Amino acid sequence: MSVRRLAEEQPASFEFTPENLAWVNKQIAKYPEGRQASAVIPLLWQAQKQHNYWLPKPAIEKVAEILDMPYIRVLEIATFYTMFNLEPVGRYFIQMCGTTPCMLRGSDDIKAVLQRRVGDQRKVSADGNFAWLEVECLGACCNAPMVQINDDYYEDLSAENFEKLLDDLAAGRPVKVGSQTGRRTSEPAGKLTTLTSLYGEDGRSGPASDKTQA
Amino acid sequence: MTKIIVDGKEVDVPAEYTLLQACEEAGAEIPRFCFHERLSIAGNCRMCLVELKGAPKPVASCAWAVKDCRPGPNGEPPSVVTKSPTVKKARNGVMEFLLINHPLDCPICDQGGECDLQDQAMAFGVDNSRYAENKRAVEDKYIGPLVRTSMNRCIHCTRCVRFTAEVAGTADMGAIGRGEDMEITTYLETAMASELQGNVADLCPVGALLPKPYAFKARPWELGKTESIDVMDALGSAIRVDVRGREVMRILPRVNEAVNEEWISDKTRQVVDGLKRQRLDRPYIRKDGRLVPATWSEAFAAIATRVKATTPARIGALAGDLASVEDMFALKSLMANLGSSNLDCRQDGTKLDPSFGRGSYIFNPTVAGLEEADAILIVGSNPRKESPVLNARILKRWRMGGVEIGLVGERADLTYSYQYLGAGAETLAELSAGKGFAEVLAKAQRPVVIVGQGALLRADGAAVLAACAKLAGSRDGWNGLAVLHTAAARVGGLDLGFVPGQGGMDAWAMTRPGALDVLFNLGADELEIAPGAFVVYQGTHGDRGAHRADVILPGATYTEKSGLYVNTEGRVQYAERANFAPGDAREDWAILRALSEVVGAKLGFDSLADLRKALYATYPHFARVDAIQGGAINIANAGALGTGAFTSAVDDFYLTNPIARASAVMAECSALAKGRLQQAAE
Amino acid sequence: MLDDKDRIFTNLYGYGDWGLKGAMARGAWDNTKGLIEKGKDWIIEEMKASGLRGRGGAGFPTGLKWSFMPKPDPLRPSYLVVNADESEPGTCKDREIMRNDPHLLIEGCMIASFAMGAHACYVYLRGEYILERERLQAAVDQAYEAGLVGKNNKNGWPFDIYVHHGAGAYICGEETALLESLEGKKGMPRLKPPFPANMGLYGCPTTVNNVESIAVAPTILRRGAAWFSSFGAKNNAGTKLFCVSGHVNTPCNVEEAMSLPFRELIDRHCGGIRGGWDNLLAVIPGGSSVPCVPAHEIIDAAMDFDTLRGLKSGLGTAAVIVLDKSTDIVRAITRISYFYKHESCGQCTPCREGTGWMWRVLTRMCEGRAQKREIDMLLEVSTQIEGHTICALGDAAAWPVQGLIRHFRHEIEKRIDDYSANPHSDTVAPLAAE
Repeated sequence: MSVRRLAEEQPASFEFTPENLAWVNKQIAKYPEGRQASAVIPLLWQAQKQHNYWLPKPAIEKVAEILDMPYIRVLEIATFYTMFNLEPVGRYFIQMCGTTPCMLRGSDDIKAVLQRRVGDQRKVSADGNFAWLEVECLGACCNAPMVQINDDYYEDLSAENFEKLLDDLAAGRPVKVGSQTGRRTSEPAGKLTTLTSLYGEDGRSGPASDKTQA
Repeated sequence: MTKIIVDGKEVDVPAEYTLLQACEEAGAEIPRFCFHERLSIAGNCRMCLVELKGAPKPVASCAWAVKDCRPGPNGEPPSVVTKSPTVKKARNGVMEFLLINHPLDCPICDQGGECDLQDQAMAFGVDNSRYAENKRAVEDKYIGPLVRTSMNRCIHCTRCVRFTAEVAGTADMGAIGRGEDMEITTYLETAMASELQGNVADLCPVGALLPKPYAFKARPWELGKTESIDVMDALGSAIRVDVRGREVMRILPRVNEAVNEEWISDKTRQVVDGLKRQRLDRPYIRKDGRLVPATWSEAFAAIATRVKATTPARIGALAGDLASVEDMFALKSLMANLGSSNLDCRQDGTKLDPSFGRGSYIFNPTVAGLEEADAILIVGSNPRKESPVLNARILKRWRMGGVEIGLVGERADLTYSYQYLGAGAETLAELSAGKGFAEVLAKAQRPVVIVGQGALLRADGAAVLAACAKLAGSRDGWNGLAVLHTAAARVGGLDLGFVPGQGGMDAWAMTRPGALDVLFNLGADELEIAPGAFVVYQGTHGDRGAHRADVILPGATYTEKSGLYVNTEGRVQYAERANFAPGDAREDWAILRALSEVVGAKLGFDSLADLRKALYATYPHFARVDAIQGGAINIANAGALGTGAFTSAVDDFYLTNPIARASAVMAECSALAKGRLQQAAE
Repeated sequence: MLDDKDRIFTNLYGYGDWGLKGAMARGAWDNTKGLIEKGKDWIIEEMKASGLRGRGGAGFPTGLKWSFMPKPDPLRPSYLVVNADESEPGTCKDREIMRNDPHLLIEGCMIASFAMGAHACYVYLRGEYILERERLQAAVDQAYEAGLVGKNNKNGWPFDIYVHHGAGAYICGEETALLESLEGKKGMPRLKPPFPANMGLYGCPTTVNNVESIAVAPTILRRGAAWFSSFGAKNNAGTKLFCVSGHVNTPCNVEEAMSLPFRELIDRHCGGIRGGWDNLLAVIPGGSSVPCVPAHEIIDAAMDFDTLRGLKSGLGTAAVIVLDKSTDIVRAITRISYFYKHESCGQCTPCREGTGWMWRVLTRMCEGRAQKREIDMLLEVSTQIEGHTICALGDAAAWPVQGLIRHFRHEIEKRIDDYSANPHSDTVAPLAAE
């Protein structure tokens, strides 16, 4: 955590799109009457998503007004929770997990790739495609090392497959979300050691295997 | 009551007491930073850790209630230890953590000498540092004109955040960021909006938030401290005036649970520079249209000439908003000796009248009594501007829940929510007919009807007062009519009967063209005096009254004289002299005493003690300091309610009297409040 | 080894259908109404008898926790809040439940809510789990559509379930911080007492449970407490999801019986230690918060609460982080220390100031740029934090450092000796981004 400030350059205003506004009202309805402040994180998150993954000052104020909260309370939220990006982050915002389980599996290599290809943290690359940040454990430790790019996790990375992933993203080619080494989720690589009676050793040949999925 | 053992000593305390309170009851001193008895419990500084027998680890005594303690295995009372090695280690540890990132800048810190961290470091700190890393540097923040920040010193106790959210009700401050990078600030460094913001500097246990106007001016041990009473509004907050030499350096609140708890408004606190500017420090006489300096005897002679040339019926006297009871008593006695019945202390034209009974012009439920109210109606008042500390008491009541608040008058942000009932007299008429909110009041056990001067200075003021008194109803031992005054002198003046005598003129009549030949103006600066009369202005500042004066007699401000003030509740309080008036200025009773001899109407007292003896003989209740004498309500010939909206009597909170208008700090606050000043970082 | 028939999470890896149809085929939502009809007392007793201990790290008996909820009061509704803020480094089990078998969780929420008289349940996911959130929401929608949950549902207990999320704050995994966050505030832990069972969400009685604890409940109730408690050692009953990461050949999540020996867990499911058993240096057996255990102590230890506590560590979330001999152990713990500094909420003094101090000292120690006496000072600083904070994050920050010094003091001393024996420049690269 470091000192977090709002971006120097801010848009003049922020409005939720009509679809998002409808979504906002649905969120507020989840909480008891008078407890609308509960929706502050989802609303800020939606605002951030609508605004190219970073949260501008007018959005903070808009959310405060919608939820009838003092501005300072919403600013506290926006600066306390690290997923709120207070500055522009480029088209693809890469959150690289650097915590010990990923570190043990080679996140230093991933970091080196990012440093070389994108540059320093929190700086949008010259082509506007990437910005990156070393973050704390993202909860995919059995698939370490990993990064989150915008909404999606990319796991089982190595310097090579990560470079390729960045190439593909930069070129606009389709990429595979999740494991980059062919694992389905967090099963042992190679063959299953459990649940084989349901899915077979390869996961795809058992009686319960979902044949509709690849 | 519950028994608890503190360091082996058994004490009996209420079950809802915290361990900290129980320990203090037992005489054990508990260090603390974040805990403040008037704020919610944060439990974050961890300085107050104590050992609770049976608990696996030390507990924060500020947050742990006696009722949450489990008794011992054989039913013995719970036992707390405050002096064990475990406790000592915990406190030393916390102290070390607080100090590792705290700058060692005490020699240049204004908090030095009255710093909780400094004091407690003496008790719990060590004399060397094991911290070999760089200390944290934190950007200073702009949070308004009254509070200066030095954020490296902040220990994150969040007292200021809790104060603005809970007491001031403005949610100005917050803590942004997280962990060791957490920073106290306002929203993007805007100025705080509260009229009570100065209190955060008092609450700050370290030198992170300090009074800006007082920055680098003095050290606490150089100051002479005088306990006194504030006159910036009619609440009569308890204050301490700190003086170095002849100069008032600062004003701080004192605790008075019945009145201001321990808060004061920003005007009360920071009017200090106004005490030094624009002062009238010698007599003046108008010659050829210009005021020229004069000696006291020249000034008195000029007055005497005029007085002797006219008849008593052509002489009048006005008393202003800051006059002490003694001053008004002296002036009233002088008028009596001169044979005039033209006198008035109600320069704003309020229709309050002593003849309606004392209950008709005081805040009967009392300020502390607001906490018992279960329904509050505010009529023609903006308590936030007229008495911010009293407004904080209403907020306190509102936060407890179970109270309905209604408002007739100007819609305003009062920091709590209320039902807006209507704008003015028409709404009051409907309420008088028993409709709407009147039912709430009728059902209430402890209704309070706060009526402001804005509703009382109208032509139908007496009718408004009568309507409010009726709405407040009567309960056994409870009078809900709460008149909120705006002038510190007003209740005292009404008590003295400083109103027109038989056939006498009131303030309005006296100030009409040609009404009088000689007008004694004791610090009434809020009204226009028509040309014609020879005006003797006795006051402290070169304000409106002085500009319209023919002779100026320089008087003393409230810090420069000993005087009685009666607050809006009718509470008699002493303001003590803290310093001396500048130059030739004198205490006002003494000026009047001297003048009386020259005009041939000698007053019968030669000292303040003699004056008071005479005062108490006629008005015994003034002798009962800090007491409130109740009274009947008997509003005769109230007339009918008129029409039209009520407005608050206070337009600009920061500039309500000559002292405040002379203050550059108040001017800045006023401009900020009006949004005229660009909010820029320091 | 646990048989597949005794596994609760039968779609742990997502090879089957996560949806309602697939879940029902695997046994979810089977006669939920019947379970509810047996009454809350039966459910709570059965949960107590099963010996299930909370799966979120602290290991508090789940049935007992449910029994703390006061009687329903119309003015103060009870709430169930599910802690899906899975952020403890090394832990990634709840994620698999939510994306691969969400209906187990939803059914568990229904039953648990019934048992504690709650009609509403909030599931608080960590913000980064976006796919998991969408998946869980989709499953909730399916359950509503099928009339399994909602105001008027087939199971006879009016019940609403809402998916909520955070936005990047480990501290929100602490139950009271989670409640604060859910109320729209900063995730700063509350002072206890009052405990959530009395004053929880919106000041109402609330129970906060981990995803896994809730998701196993329906199966336990269907198959009986005796079945569940037949696994694992006494007082450490049941099956458990283990998350094995770090230096094993095939890191994975796996459901196993409690008290399984460490060696068996690794050999059977994780392809052994990278470079063989001789290459094992140490293991952090319960997520980053617990002290590491050196190889020789852990190899044949049973993976359960009591055994690991005996090794001065803990089972925590059963996130097993394996470190082989190539590991720079000082750096590995320093990185954990950085994590706690980064995630400290800043509310109370020892944690706010102490976590940064420890990290900075450790950063120097990584290079050896320190004094040997600072090792003891570091240990003392950690004990000044431990036990003195509002929540357990202070303890969690202190323990890994204490574990390091307990077992690898010689390694730090060697660094210091090497550093002082060699010429060097005085620049230090920061360990992690600041």
